[in-house]
Amino acid sequence: MENKKKLLINVVIAIVVYAAVMILLNSGLLNRQMRSLITPICTNVMLAVSLCLIVGFLGELTLGHAGFMSLGAYTGALLSLNLPFPPYVSLFIAIIAGGCVAAVAGAIIGIPVLRLRGDYLAIVTLGFGEIIRSVINALDITGGARGLSGIERLTNYNHFTLVFVLTLIVIVVVSNLINSRHGRAICAIRDNYIAAEACGIPVSRFKIMAFIISAFLAGIAGVVYAHNIGILKPANFDYNTSIEILVMVVLGGMGSIKGSIIAAVILTALPELLRGAADYRMLIYSIVLIAMMLFRNSNFNAALIEKKNLKAMQKLQKEGK
Amino acid sequence: MALLEVKNLGISFGGLRAVDNLNMSLEKGSLVGLIGPNGAGKTTAFNLLTGVYRPTDGTITLEGSSIVGKTPSEICKAGIARTFQNIRLFQKMSVKDNVKAALHNQFQYSLLESICHVASYKKKEKEMDEKVMEILKVFDLDVYADTFASNLPYGKQRKLEIARALATDPKLLLLDEPAAGMNPNETAELMETIELIRKKFDITILLIEHDMKLVSGICEYLYVLNFGTELANGTPDIVLNDPKVITAYLGE
Ligand SMILES: Nc1ncnc2c1ncn2[C@@H]1O[C@H](COP(=O)(O)OP(=O)(O)OP(=O)(O)O)[C@@H](O)[C@H]1O
Ligand SMILES: [Mg+2]
Repeated sequence: MENKKKLLINVVIAIVVYAAVMILLNSGLLNRQMRSLITPICTNVMLAVSLCLIVGFLGELTLGHAGFMSLGAYTGALLSLNLPFPPYVSLFIAIIAGGCVAAVAGAIIGIPVLRLRGDYLAIVTLGFGEIIRSVINALDITGGARGLSGIERLTNYNHFTLVFVLTLIVIVVVSNLINSRHGRAICAIRDNYIAAEACGIPVSRFKIMAFIISAFLAGIAGVVYAHNIGILKPANFDYNTSIEILVMVVLGGMGSIKGSIIAAVILTALPELLRGAADYRMLIYSIVLIAMMLFRNSNFNAALIEKKNLKAMQKLQKEGK
Repeated sequence: MALLEVKNLGISFGGLRAVDNLNMSLEKGSLVGLIGPNGAGKTTAFNLLTGVYRPTDGTITLEGSSIVGKTPSEICKAGIARTFQNIRLFQKMSVKDNVKAALHNQFQYSLLESICHVASYKKKEKEMDEKVMEILKVFDLDVYADTFASNLPYGKQRKLEIARALATDPKLLLLDEPAAGMNPNETAELMETIELIRKKFDITILLIEHDMKLVSGICEYLYVLNFGTELANGTPDIVLNDPKVITAYLGE
């Protein structure tokens, strides 16, 4: 029952958000700048939610998410530029292929994950992202540093329904996964991998699985990204992009899908809406991050959590007796 | 045939011989204790049995087939479950999900079913929930089902670890100091629970314990380790009165 209620609330939220954006778009209340924000917000939500699977649920720090995204973006763009099919058919193929190429990269990066943890893994994934960017920069087929242009804009705000559905799919995939035996295995590995292994969970397989799924979803986000801006440049996918996505997950509370979504929306919209402050975006990021870290380790926060726990326990004891 | 047969088991860490020439034979349905002073190698023996370490010498067979070289998760599937000396729960998961995670191999469905939440997923999940509540009830943990594992009091965390191990449907359950840090009341209660689960789940239990009241109260047979080697074995009344064992524990 509880679950049904939650599901209903989420469905209502999704419909309200969709309807609100549609009304705003069609009524002409949004100026050009705000309209152009719609797809970037959706792609960032997809990226943040997919990264949340690795950082929040698997509990591994990675700094190469932009690498997966770029693989999806370039694969998708090249396909829809070269395929002879009608645009939407090409786009569909591009989305699947973009996800798959990124997923293969996810499997490859998943291998060091089995040997490295924490900071070391962060460094390796950072390098991995940069390698992908350098390779794209060097290849002819990807247009090198000049990039690719003339990609048909099949995912801009005129196609909001499509973008919205894709975003929903990504969110639903991750949140469904988390509430399943596979997701529980992933969370168990995060909390204690020795115990997880002792409970019969093949840790290596699930670590790689999490990376593959996350990369696949990031690849899809990349395809959407490419078909929104129409021009791809390797510089769009440097480590700053990875860090921006990571910041969304961290600010969203690590391991909270809702938090990641909200953080992605705010952090994408805010710098654009406060044009003047855009120069200070990185500064604001770091200040907010430091504030978050300080808050998390503060006595004040500990006291808050303790209070909450105490209340929960008292409630339980009352019910128990 | 014995359920578990350990022959000449040994492991070296560099120059240190943590376990040396250990022989054990556990009959099906028995409740056996593994005791010895601090640092004797008891936990290391558990780690060898569960595949955390690979032995440098010796053999381990479960129901006649060797488990040496298997990974911990394969050994769990083969039928050995364990608890840890320093509790290792899934802290940020609910009590219910801790046990559910351990049902991983009992109730299977594919990744696609996980992602789509189709009817078969719902059916399996419902069966899992029922199984979880059944296990939690045995330990009086059912009222805490939705609490975070980290919020449980210490004694209940130990119980949850046993519940989680049982969820993997083991033939052999290894308990590493289940009564550590418990007061006499809690220990007495734990002894009852151990007896109960042995009957209810029809399993064999091997436990490490320093509490001699618990050991002599419920164990039918004891193995004593000292400096990695087997010092004595036999029924509790004989072993615990053995001068060798008393000196090992109390010193000269
Ligand atoms: N991974 C390891 N590397 C090196 N030495 C180890 C390792 N694991 C255990 N040891 C050593 O092996 C010996 C036995 O340790 P073990 O933890 O098995 O003792 P124990 O009998 O469980 O003791 P306690 O009653 O204190 O739990 C100790 O000297 C310990 O330092
Ligand atoms: Mg020990």
